[in-house]
Amino acid sequence: MLHLARSFVATQASAEEVVQDTWLAVIQGIDDFEGRSTVRTWVYRILINTAKKRGLRESRTVPWSSMFTEDDGRPTVDPTLFRGADDEYPGGWVSFPPPWTTTEDEVLAGEVRARLRDAIDTLPERQRTVVTLRDVLGHTATEVCEMLAISEGNQRVLLHRGRAAARARLAPYLEVTGHG
Amino acid sequence: MTCQELVELVTDYLEDALDPETRDRFEEHLALCPGCETYLHQMAETATRLGQIPVETLSGEAQAVLLTAFRDVRDGRTPM
Repeated sequence: MLHLARSFVATQASAEEVVQDTWLAVIQGIDDFEGRSTVRTWVYRILINTAKKRGLRESRTVPWSSMFTEDDGRPTVDPTLFRGADDEYPGGWVSFPPPWTTTEDEVLAGEVRARLRDAIDTLPERQRTVVTLRDVLGHTATEVCEMLAISEGNQRVLLHRGRAAARARLAPYLEVTGHG
Repeated sequence: MTCQELVELVTDYLEDALDPETRDRFEEHLALCPGCETYLHQMAETATRLGQIPVETLSGEAQAVLLTAFRDVRDGRTPM
């Protein structure tokens, strides 16, 4: 919840207050809960509304619906990794992406989590929100669309762009070198 | 379907949102292209690893405020 709140407001302290306000609203409103959604979805909807109100007050967030510039159709993978139009195989990999290590130790795992947190922090807000809800917190696509009032297609675009950015951030740490 | 086109369809594929004809072309390409197969697996692994980030716990101070608020609500006092 803190991750999600943080994507709407300017500071960690603000995000913590949003989470507290959300729980208070949940406790006070639980008798009015009508069971039309799961409790989890209901709680997150309250969280998002609380965070949005606070974010607007802090003038950090732009209205959700007016932020389409980040879905502008730019490629999610560096175009220089692919062969040019005059190549024998246009649009093919110049060289295949190096495989990632399958051995795991705690140091590497910790490093990976740190890089992913960085990646999430640097995502545009809508991508960050969708990636946090879907991948970090494990909500379904349907739940996320309902919470954010976005279409399934839009949700997938945001998820794709966010995941691709996170993958690119992880690659240097996980690539197995020395296999040519 | 080129590699550059395939990488932009990976999430739609993982979410089972491709139309059957596009999914066939996606899978045909994948069967012949180790680079794209690697990319697909790495996107799936990224999603899995994102799910392994522990959701941050509130700071000690924030937790104390929260616990107080919970107690106030339980005891029928208006919080804050």
